[in-house]
Amino acid sequence: MSTVSRLLAQRVTPTSGADGILGTRTLADLQPGDRARISGYAVDLPAATRRRLVDLGFAPGGVVDVVRRAPAHDPVVYRVAETEMAIRRVLARGIHVERA
Amino acid sequence: MSEHRHGGGAVLTGRGTRRFALVGSPNSGKTTLFNALTGLKAKTGNYPGVTVARYEGLTSTGAGDVIVEDLPGTYSLDPISPDEVVVTEVLDPAIGEHGTPTPDGLVAVLDATALRRSLGLLAHVLRTGLPTVLVLTFTDDLARRAGSVDTAALAAALGVRVVPVTAGNRSQVAALRRMLESVDEWPAPAVLPPTEPVEAAAWTRSVLGRAAYEVPEVDLRTRRIDAVLLHPLWGSVVFFATMFAFFQTIFAVAAPVQGWVESLFGRLGTVAQEHIGNPWLAGLVGQALLGGVGGVLVFLPQIAMLFVLIALLEGVGYLSRAAFLMDRVMAKAGLEGRAFVSLLSSFACAIPGIMATRSLPSARDRLATMMAAPLMTCSARLPVYVLLIGILVPDGARVGPFGAQGVVMFGLYVLGALSAMTAAWVFSRLGGRTSLAMPFYMEMPSYRLPKPSTAAIAVWEACTAFLRKVGTIILVTTVALWALLSFPARGTDELGAAGVDPSDQVAVSAYVLDHSYAADLGHAVEPVFEPLGYDWRINIGILSSLAARETFVATLGQVGAADNPDDPGAALRAMTVESGPRAGQPLFTAPVTASLLVFFVYALQCMSTIGVMRRETGTWRWPGIAFGYMFVLAWGMALLARTLVGLFA
Repeated sequence: MSTVSRLLAQRVTPTSGADGILGTRTLADLQPGDRARISGYAVDLPAATRRRLVDLGFAPGGVVDVVRRAPAHDPVVYRVAETEMAIRRVLARGIHVERA
Repeated sequence: MSEHRHGGGAVLTGRGTRRFALVGSPNSGKTTLFNALTGLKAKTGNYPGVTVARYEGLTSTGAGDVIVEDLPGTYSLDPISPDEVVVTEVLDPAIGEHGTPTPDGLVAVLDATALRRSLGLLAHVLRTGLPTVLVLTFTDDLARRAGSVDTAALAAALGVRVVPVTAGNRSQVAALRRMLESVDEWPAPAVLPPTEPVEAAAWTRSVLGRAAYEVPEVDLRTRRIDAVLLHPLWGSVVFFATMFAFFQTIFAVAAPVQGWVESLFGRLGTVAQEHIGNPWLAGLVGQALLGGVGGVLVFLPQIAMLFVLIALLEGVGYLSRAAFLMDRVMAKAGLEGRAFVSLLSSFACAIPGIMATRSLPSARDRLATMMAAPLMTCSARLPVYVLLIGILVPDGARVGPFGAQGVVMFGLYVLGALSAMTAAWVFSRLGGRTSLAMPFYMEMPSYRLPKPSTAAIAVWEACTAFLRKVGTIILVTTVALWALLSFPARGTDELGAAGVDPSDQVAVSAYVLDHSYAADLGHAVEPVFEPLGYDWRINIGILSSLAARETFVATLGQVGAADNPDDPGAALRAMTVESGPRAGQPLFTAPVTASLLVFFVYALQCMSTIGVMRRETGTWRWPGIAFGYMFVLAWGMALLARTLVGLFA
């Protein structure tokens, strides 16, 4: 493991604290055309995955637009930080959102 | 300057030669810049111990040549897979000892239209402490989409030099080259950027503000094209039409050229054999050497066509869309959408298919795809299938409205594809469950006009790499198999004593083959193939097909002393079992023929595939595993086929 990687692995990524709370919305609940703000991550999302999501632009506080879905509704293209990124629903379910 | 031809470590090494690495996200224009810098002077290898392709090349500066390394595209230096760990270790001077020399300087390549996200990666890069300059790409796209950035102010805000380079523009690349001369004078940021997400976001906002960054508008052109190409109905229609055209082009354009290559070398071989007096030498030159060279070159048209098409589709931006549409299907095999092109290409030939796995970011998916690709029905199986189906199914037989022969052929294609998907699933499972730890994500780049030079370089690189690294393996195998099949040589006296007319070419070659080392081997492995109903003569055919599957037809023709060795169907039908309880009965019964067909569906009888796997994985381990598992599978399934057909026939 390189020095810079060790440093980056110490980054703290917040869970939203909304796990299990009734009405908690995730990216996977949104429809194409919807816009939302990322509030945090689900507890069961591994820390390394959360840090990668931050690096991809899915960072807490960031605004996400749902662009379109693949024919079987999976994966889904989201617009974050001026780029369009496709992720699978299983990952989108780990990203909690609130009204933008 | 020496060059390492085995995988592992650096591709190019040179004492005192400066080394620079290009770091950037996928689709950042990094590869275009690498091509503009190094042109045809690039080499590929592997990072030590992992299946990650390594690209290095030379570029000239005013201070002499320097090495440029194109690091795999990444969004982060915080690795989540073993292959990403290796790449980040290249950037750490403290870990420079395992053949991964630390670069003297880094060139961070950032897409100007995605600057807000890309600055995060730049922050990681600056944290390595290595001297860094920043190349800003796609500034033309930024302007088109009503965005803007002040590069001088950006340089001041970051504390590093910034040079815009659009689509490999010559004068801009020249400016970068001049910069590479003076790595010792590169400024470094006074304060390193923060890493904690909240502070990092604040740092990004402050840098963008000082650089007067105007965020680009949504790319309406791309949105409008995607509205059709990713439409649930029209998108699927376009996708299947594109893939059909893709596959047809590989076949329709490459197949005639392959025919020319084959007939040219066939003719050269005949000429050589006619003009060389010594029969052994004539055989060595005419059959082994020319046959081997032809057997190598015959793959080039398909490899070239495939890489032209992939480079164009990728350059336009469609490959990501195709992967997006296919991801759900590929997920069932434990793979991701990007593996699709590889598996589709393997219908033509597993070699370009395996080479195409380089576009897969995860080593686990790359290996699973490589292990599965040879099970797709490649074009070399066709002659074997045609011959054996001709023996198994009578010409006029019908299944409903369809010809029975065609139905069997179609069934073999389906069997191959299903088996490939199953194999991919098993191997991706063996690679560990990593669905969330190593999630799937893929950027949808803006549609852009592809650069013809990028396609040309991709084709050149693929073809030269194949010739250099796989050509030798194929050539050596061909010569070795030729020797096994033609020695020991027989004198005229011996032929006479055995009742063979020395002037009858067909009879002589049949006699030599029947008493060759290969025949000894064929007898020796009889216990292995006996349960499948194969005798030593079929074993010779299987042995010779290890070089390439289609050789099976001609070898069986020779064994059966057919008048026309390329169409030995009639001679094979007449062959009978020599000894044992079935003595005197036809050799190619329905159960035996069916089991042979199934054997060819599964067995990895292709030295070129083994060679290309060795090259792509950097070790003999994976080709070994592939050969082993496919042989066991082939044997088991062939036994099953013989038993099942035996019950009904």
